[in-house]
Amino acid sequence: MVIDFTLFFTFAILLFGIGLWGIILNRKNLLFIIMSIELMLLAINFEFLFFSVVIDDFMGQVFSLFVLTVAAAEASIGLAILVIYYRLHGNIAVTSLNALKG
Amino acid sequence: MYLSIVLLPLIGSLLGGFGGYWVGTVGSQILTTTSVFLSFCLSLIAFKHIGLDGNVAHLILWEWMDSGMFQCNWGVYLDSVTVVMLLVVTGVSSCVHFYSIEYMRGDPHHPRFMSYLSLFTFFMLILVTADNFIQLFVGWEGVGLCSYLLINFWFTRIEANKAAMKAILVNRIGDFGITLAMLAIFNVYEAVDFATVFAVTPVLAEQGIIVTVFDTQFSLLQFITIFLFVGAVGKSAQIGLHTWLPDAMEGPTPVSALIHAATMVTAGVFLLIRTSPIFEYVPEILVYVTLIGALTAFFAATAGLVQFDLKKVVAYSTCSQLGYMIFACGLSCYSVSLFHLYNHAFFKALLFLSCGSVIHALQDEQDMRKMGGLISFLPLTSVMFLIGSLALMGFPFLTGFYSKDVIIEVAYAKFTFDGTFAHWLGCLSACFTAFYSMRLFYLTFLQKPNGPKGVLEKAHDCPPFMAIPLMVLAIASIFIGYISRDMFIGLGTDFFQNSLVTLPNHVLYVDSEFLPIHIKLIPLFFTLFGALSGFIVYNFPAMFTTSRGLFIFLNQKWHWDNIYNAYVSRPILYIGYHYTFLTADRGFIEILGPTGMVRGMKRITERLKEYHTGYLFHYTFVLTLALSISFGMIYSSMNGVSTGMIDPFLPYIFFGIFLSTLTKRNQG
Repeated sequence: MVIDFTLFFTFAILLFGIGLWGIILNRKNLLFIIMSIELMLLAINFEFLFFSVVIDDFMGQVFSLFVLTVAAAEASIGLAILVIYYRLHGNIAVTSLNALKG
Repeated sequence: MYLSIVLLPLIGSLLGGFGGYWVGTVGSQILTTTSVFLSFCLSLIAFKHIGLDGNVAHLILWEWMDSGMFQCNWGVYLDSVTVVMLLVVTGVSSCVHFYSIEYMRGDPHHPRFMSYLSLFTFFMLILVTADNFIQLFVGWEGVGLCSYLLINFWFTRIEANKAAMKAILVNRIGDFGITLAMLAIFNVYEAVDFATVFAVTPVLAEQGIIVTVFDTQFSLLQFITIFLFVGAVGKSAQIGLHTWLPDAMEGPTPVSALIHAATMVTAGVFLLIRTSPIFEYVPEILVYVTLIGALTAFFAATAGLVQFDLKKVVAYSTCSQLGYMIFACGLSCYSVSLFHLYNHAFFKALLFLSCGSVIHALQDEQDMRKMGGLISFLPLTSVMFLIGSLALMGFPFLTGFYSKDVIIEVAYAKFTFDGTFAHWLGCLSACFTAFYSMRLFYLTFLQKPNGPKGVLEKAHDCPPFMAIPLMVLAIASIFIGYISRDMFIGLGTDFFQNSLVTLPNHVLYVDSEFLPIHIKLIPLFFTLFGALSGFIVYNFPAMFTTSRGLFIFLNQKWHWDNIYNAYVSRPILYIGYHYTFLTADRGFIEILGPTGMVRGMKRITERLKEYHTGYLFHYTFVLTLALSISFGMIYSSMNGVSTGMIDPFLPYIFFGIFLSTLTKRNQG
């Protein structure tokens, strides 16, 4: 069975792009950024899996498990920081994050 | 010994000037006067050894410039012309030093004055003893500088500042002329010392060398002599560059006596006399010299007719006599010109110092219309003044007669246009000279007293320090002409052995001896007529009127000053401020330079600052964009894809980014 693997790669890259756009075009709140980061990690995960099938290497799937673990840990830390940030600032608006302006 | 003639005034000046605090006023007076007087005594010895015994002394001191074949040395060159000038310079300078001990008594800057006088003497001696053009130019510039310093002596007076600046700027124009001449000489002769230049000139005159300047061609000798003459015009106050001389009377009277009667203004005439070997080979330029000299003599005499200031009349008289000297040079009679220079120095210094005595007696009153009746208050001064005036007018057998009348005779003896022109103008100037001299004498001494009574009550004749120089100069004014006449201008004299060159077809002495007697007596009649009419007009003033326009024309010196101010000075000042300063210097050059760069830098950084928004997601965007572009370029170049499609557009991309920084934004 000849499967056109181009479609799978395009799908993963597009998913990565959506995640990236989510960070860049976000004007709502910080939670979107965390969600977008998760989306990007997911897309990269897909890439690893697809490529492990294509080049017949098992390490891709192993590494994918690692990525999943790291993603989970990092998401929880990110959410914890978000909670503390909300306690300090009272809102989670992205547009007030301009301390580095100038 | 000859070197100390030149150096003594310098030593006196430096010690008296810089050491004025330690030696005090009296010490500086003694130092400067003694050094110049010693220099005079040594000049007498030099005159006997070099002039009367017919030697030439050339001391080569040390090398100044040495480059390939060109060598320029500091040297002292004494020949007959030089020792005559040495006598004039040191003699008049000693008299003036002696005089100004008393004249400037009580002035808080007295040491500075004496040291400037000695410094001036030093520079003038450098000028006359120079053996090459560059050393002459050092002396030339030095006397210009000292003239500035001395005119500007009372520097808190605005008129003195203006006059001094005018003197040095007008002199500078002449200096530019002589510089061009020196450059042309250096370019062609490859030497600047007089010996080489004067020896080579006849050879070059035959060859007809051409000098090309900005694609225009000139004959070399004409080029050199025209610009040497421009230098002489600037220094000797000939018409065109004469405006500084009357205004230079702002300086103290001893300054006028020394600088503007005897020495500095004669530097131009000295230059012409010294470079006579060059001038002789360009007869067409000599015609111009004659014409300008004659015009100056006439113009200055007419302008001096209606001046009110005592010293200005004498200044115009000086200008007129310089015109005589210059046109005598133009007629190739250099020895007569030198003789007139020599005589004129003495009686003009006498006139100036007598004016100083009058001014000193009347407590700094200089307007003739407010004087009068001084003949009974100041008998000595009036006699000195009369002697000086008679010598100036060319009264028979006094000093001025022997040189001035000879000049006029020689002018007639050159039976060409320029000679006749000079003869006519010389005679008319003699008439006017007599008129204004008599006017000056009458209004100052003979008329009914016209000044404030308090001033006349305190009028006292000059004290001995001022009287002695006057008497010395008076003796000189009476006798020197007769004594030294045969030595200078006698037929067949060999006093000037090789120094004054006159080509055989330019010699006029024989012709002038055999003029008819009625031609020779013309100047005498003109003089007597002028003196008599001067006396009558001012004795019976109510009978004589003149048109107001003519009076204003002459009083304003033919409007030369006004024309120069309106058409030369004011436009140049306007251009200097508005165009070269504001537009070019502060505008163009600064915009391309510091100011423009600072402003441009600020604007660019303000635009670029807007890229640092502080929002993390903007930074993320830029980061990912840059990473993706660079990885893409590396990947594609590794796989054989080049950036050839973008390369032509790169400049436009950068320019577009630069233009975006120039846009105006309204946000903070």
